[in-house]
Amino acid sequence: MNCLWCHDDIMPDITWLNFWNPFYEPGKICTTCKEGFPIIVDHVCPMCSRPSKNEEVCGDCQRWSNSEAFQGALERNVSVFSYTPIMKDMMAKWKYRGDYELIHMFSEDVRKKFKEAFGKSKATLVPIPLSSSREKERGFNQAKAIAMLLKRPIESVLTRVQDEKQSKKTRQERMEAENPFQLVKEVKGEIILIDDIYTTGMTLHWAAELLKKGGSTKIQSFTLIRS
Amino acid sequence: MNIKNPTENPSNVYAAHLSGKILLRNEIPFTETEIEMLLNQKFLNEIRGIEDSNFGYRCVRCGNQKRYLIGRIPTKTGKQIYCRNCIEMGRVSTFEPLYKWAGPELPLDRLKNPCAWEGQLTVHQKIASDKINEAMTNRTKLLTWAVCGAGKTEMLFRGLTDAISRGDRICLATPRADVVRELVPRFRKAFPEVSITALYGGSPDKDDGCQFVISTTHQLFRYERAFDVMIIDEADAFPFYADASLVYAAKKARKESSSLIFLTATPRKWIKLQSACGFLPTVFVPSRYHGHPLPVPTFPSCYSLKKSLQKDKLPPKINDWIAEKERNNRRFLLFVPSIEMAEQISKLTKYEYVHADDPDRIEKVECFRKGEITALITTTILERGVTFPSIDVAVIDAGHNVFDVAALVQIAGRAGRNAKDPYGDVSFFHQGKSDAMVGAVKMIEMMNNLAKERVK
Repeated sequence: MNCLWCHDDIMPDITWLNFWNPFYEPGKICTTCKEGFPIIVDHVCPMCSRPSKNEEVCGDCQRWSNSEAFQGALERNVSVFSYTPIMKDMMAKWKYRGDYELIHMFSEDVRKKFKEAFGKSKATLVPIPLSSSREKERGFNQAKAIAMLLKRPIESVLTRVQDEKQSKKTRQERMEAENPFQLVKEVKGEIILIDDIYTTGMTLHWAAELLKKGGSTKIQSFTLIRS
Repeated sequence: MNIKNPTENPSNVYAAHLSGKILLRNEIPFTETEIEMLLNQKFLNEIRGIEDSNFGYRCVRCGNQKRYLIGRIPTKTGKQIYCRNCIEMGRVSTFEPLYKWAGPELPLDRLKNPCAWEGQLTVHQKIASDKINEAMTNRTKLLTWAVCGAGKTEMLFRGLTDAISRGDRICLATPRADVVRELVPRFRKAFPEVSITALYGGSPDKDDGCQFVISTTHQLFRYERAFDVMIIDEADAFPFYADASLVYAAKKARKESSSLIFLTATPRKWIKLQSACGFLPTVFVPSRYHGHPLPVPTFPSCYSLKKSLQKDKLPPKINDWIAEKERNNRRFLLFVPSIEMAEQISKLTKYEYVHADDPDRIEKVECFRKGEITALITTTILERGVTFPSIDVAVIDAGHNVFDVAALVQIAGRAGRNAKDPYGDVSFFHQGKSDAMVGAVKMIEMMNNLAKERVK
């Protein structure tokens, strides 16, 4: 087997435990590469997973909770990795070049983090959608790819109307744009939104606001990266 | 652009961009309606990007069949397949077709006397130059085994002149982008009237019907049966010899009847074997353009290297070598096996170091070339393709396995390239001689002897 990132051979660790386990899946990334990807460990803002020394709620999150429209919409966000140059490379390859397989590098870490953060919750997973034209061009939806790693029921209840690249906009421009989502189906109960990256949090707050209006009780989010 | 009377034959505009190529939709600079028209005229064919055979999937563009480089995307309707090997050049997949030109070929100019170079070839160069011309005319294969600093570029001019006047489409491919950047201005100067394009990852040029393409081997993925003359420079360099898909690309880019010229100073085993068995006609250029023999490396031992470096000191022998060069105002290159060692020695000697991922790599090398800095510490990236007029060379820990025969011969070939200063000092500091070191000296001596014999 070869590492998904550096293409070198991987020697899987065979122990007595996994030797007897027919469902055992060896990791798809070598240990050297794995160390390069920065997992968020501790000292983060409890609301958005941004690194914060004394674990206080960060300024941005306070602004969200003070804003009228989005108050209490998104309860909290949990992210797995922080956004370093190697992660930027990974995103460029995965999302923009379209190398779908790369997401399997993170399956173990993503599952572990999800279990830690939402272990007992019976929430429905809702991936953030792409517009149909972009999804066709890319061939996949990156949020759904992450959701599929978690092996839980997925509900695609949102659609995206307008579609301009978020990553090309400044913070100000993102804040002033209109909500790009529409609700197809109302979901009661708990929801965990899934996305690839939490930057300003605008996308997730839009989606959360819409779902809240649709009658969901508790909305949290889970993203691969917190930038 | 190389189009004669586009009004006379409008398909030439399209042929200029598409002839001999195999492209993804977003690489074609035409509108949807234009492509529709070309498809209807059967000038353009839609083909599948990924072939499905009993032995698994195969990428049509790069020939990749390795299972771990075939990717899968789950979709509602099932699985889609894509190629991970050539994904840096746009994704080839089962949900997008590739486009292949099937219309008339682009007619190229037939310039009568395109060569503006007025230098003289040496006897050895002349022999090789004639052989190259013969191979290009007869559309055959040829290995040109020429020592470092033999003047390989100049030996091509004669053959290229004839090929251009025949209206041949020519490609010079090399595994290294540095080499492309170094060669292009030299060819543009020698053939000022010919349309020449340079292709490498991130290059500003585009091939819009150029007669002469100078490119990295990776860029050849986008060509199919395009070239009458294919020259592969530094054919033994990484990653060409190690990557089967690049060999496939070079083969695919040639026309069925075309000539193939390998240029190298250090052919790998496989090519040497073909040459020795007579499958690959070979011409030797054993002497440098200035006629002086290649400097033969010496093997000073340096067993204290590891210990000294652990104490954060330079071994005395290396220290003395550097001091001597400084005293005599000699400039030098110091080759080291790893980036970590480059960094450490750079700290100890106060000289700059470069490696492959260095963002300032091009500037540092340029500084050294201009003589603004007296020495440079480097990993094997500067082993080939770069010329510094008058320098000495040392290799630290030459027995390390990154220094194979080819690398060591190439490194030795950096020294003494100037006619005014044809003797350079080449020292391989080692902690025990390796086969590669001995092999390198054998290869250099063989070439020097061959040169002597020919002169007699």
